Formats: sequence, structure tokens, C-alpha cells
Amino acid sequence: MSLLSVHDLAVARGGMRAVEGVSFTLDAGQALILRGPNGIGKTTLLRCLAGLQPPVAGRIQMAPDSAAYAAHADGLKSTLTVAENLAFWARIFDRADIAPALAAMNLQGLRDRAAATLSAGQKRRLGLARLLVTGRAVWLLDEPTISLDAASAALFADVVRSHLAQGGVTVIATHIDLSLPQAQVIDLTEYRANPGAPSARPAGFNEAFA
Amino acid sequence: MIALLLRDLRLATRAGGGFGLGLGFFLILCALIPFGTGPDTDVLASIAPGILWVGALLACLLSLDRIFALDFEDGSLDLIATSPIPLECAVIAKAAAHWLTSGLPLIVAAPLFGVLLQMPAAANGWLVLSLLIGTPALSLLGAFGAALTVGLRRGGLLLSLLVLPLYVPTLIFGAEATRRGAAGMDASTPLVFLAAITLLTVALIPFAAAAAIRINLR
Repeated sequence: MSLLSVHDLAVARGGMRAVEGVSFTLDAGQALILRGPNGIGKTTLLRCLAGLQPPVAGRIQMAPDSAAYAAHADGLKSTLTVAENLAFWARIFDRADIAPALAAMNLQGLRDRAAATLSAGQKRRLGLARLLVTGRAVWLLDEPTISLDAASAALFADVVRSHLAQGGVTVIATHIDLSLPQAQVIDLTEYRANPGAPSARPAGFNEAFA
Repeated sequence: MIALLLRDLRLATRAGGGFGLGLGFFLILCALIPFGTGPDTDVLASIAPGILWVGALLACLLSLDRIFALDFEDGSLDLIATSPIPLECAVIAKAAAHWLTSGLPLIVAAPLFGVLLQMPAAANGWLVLSLLIGTPALSLLGAFGAALTVGLRRGGLLLSLLVLPLYVPTLIFGAEATRRGAAGMDASTPLVFLAAITLLTVALIPFAAAAAIRINLR
């Protein structure tokens, strides 16, 4: 039973097709790593999978409300404490207990600190702890290890591995090696949209006349 | 949805949350008008309902761009959009939080500030009633404007231009209800229209604002 299955997907950014023809299937416990140079469309692809923007072509098959998205921005409120920030997202996703998430990302010692006083890496850890309180199966991670030190990145890799072991799947856009077993790797360079290709109508057409 | 409302209320009362911003503006306006027009009691009493309503409206306008812009900047809006809460409900929660933090304090303070403007005591009840009925529409229409301009840098001016025409009916009927109440006339007709506008915005705005946010998040 595949949790996430993508067929011949094409996504566009700013009305220009970024990548096209992307297909993959993720069964429970599988990870996919997206690689490719800056600007190839990794973020756009992930936002598309998260449902934040419609695909230009192709199909995404995923159970409704099963994706948790972690972007470059962590969605933290600087005047709330670590525990308050996490408890808010836990309530949004109908979860009560934030202690396991705090423990998993090594945040117990910081729970009563205001998010404004955290370092970039600590904020990142808090943003990633949010994934654990969503209780969702499909994690869509955009450069999750940015500003994490080696120890924290290893900690996060453990979190991802235990998520996979529990039958989740994850799509990660990353440049570093998270040492995930049996992860599929897709290099998006091979799927770069050909700007010269003839097209019935420009990718921005629907957007402009929707 | 309750969690979102509570978080917004908590954020508004923390440092830099802008809780007293609208109220402070309202006080300044009401305190300055008598200096501008002169202390003539009759003049002040006759313009007081209109001034109080315009003041409340402008005070509401001040904090509108915060409704979605802050959540957009720190990425929360993306996460809320992918959360189990429908975006329509998120709009309602956000507008409700805006009303509780800027509308409600104005309503409580309006009779007090009315004293500065020599407003007849008989009008106080009508003023509070018309504000209670009318200000939810201001917050909701504002949330729609904020949703339309959410991706724009410095969208505040555009937001004001978009929202002010939508505020005019509420202003007309609200000020008229207060004026009639102050003059001892029957104010039920403007109040009914005021309520109709508010109910219409409650019914339509969440869908319109959610659609605007979805487009802006693309």
C-alpha cells in the first residue's frame, strides 16, 4: 500500500515550468531524497505535494490530510515560549502531549525560554519537533538540517528513521547525507523542464484566467 | 480553531502585540477633536456620534495588516493551510481574535470617550449597541482585505484603499443609529441594516478570504 504516489508531475514557479515528468511511489517506511542545484524546483515540488499550490500536470495520490510540511520558515512566534509554540501546533493537530517531541529534539532544557531568545539551530530544532506533534504519516521536509550542528543533524536523522520505522514516509530536499537506509534518490536535474518545448498554452495561463 | 483564537489573543497581549494600539489612537482622536472644533457644546454634541464611529473605524483599520501578514512572514500561514483546520475556519478565528483585541476594547471605551465629545448621555446605549452590531463586520471585511494583500510588502496602504469603501455602509448606518438614538428618535431601521451587513459578511467573507489566501500562498 503506497502512502504517496506521484505520476508524471509537472510543477511551475512564477508561471514557468520548473520540473516535469517526475514520478515516484513511496510505500510505508520509505524515504525519498530530492537533489538538484539551487532553483531547480525542489521547494516548489514540495509545496505542490503539500497542497499549497496546484500541479501544472500529473497526479498526486495521497490520503487527504496526511502530509506534514516543514519549510525554511519554522512558523514560530518569538514572544511565545518553546512549550507554548509546540503546544499550539499540537492542539491544531488534536494532539495533547508535547513531551515526546521535546525529548526527541533535545529541547527539554529550553521549554520555558521565549522563542525570540533561541539560536538559529535551536529554532530549527523546535520547528522540526513540530513534525512529531502533527501525527501525520507523510513528512515533506525542505532543507531540514539547515543551521543544525552535526549532533543535532544526527539527532534529527534518528527522528526521521524512527518515523520511517513506524510506517511513515518522508520526502526530503537536502544537500547533506542523512544516512537513511534504502532511501530513493531523485536528482531533479534530469527532470528540468525544457523551456523551448512547444506547449499548447503557457504554464501561467490557468493562473492568469482562473 | 479555538487554539488559533487563543494563540492570537495571547500574542496580542504579549510585548509588541499591538493590543492597545487601536485604543490609544481612538483616545488621541477623541481628545484632539474638541481642540480642533472649539469647545462649543452644541457643535460637539451634534458631531459626536459620527466622530466616535469614524474613530472606531480608523482604529480598527490600524491593526488590520497584522491579521495575516505576521503569520505569512514566519511561515505559520503555510503550516495552518496544511493543517486539519479549514482555511475558512482559520479566517473566522483570526477575525474573531482581531475583534476581541481591537473591536471590543473600543466598544467598552466609547461611552467614556464620548464624554470628551459632549455626547448626550442618552446616546451611550445606542452607541454601544450600534458598535456591538457593526464592528464584527469591520474585522471580517478587514480580514478579507488582509487576505488579499497578504503576500505584498508594505501592503498597508493598498489594504486601506481596498477596505475603506467596504466600510462605508457600516459607518453610515452605525453613525445614523447613534445619531437617531441621541435625538430620541426610532433607531431600529439603521440597526437592522447594520445587522444585515454584519450577517452578510459573516456568511460570505470566510470563503472569499480563504480563497484569496490560497491564491496568495501559491
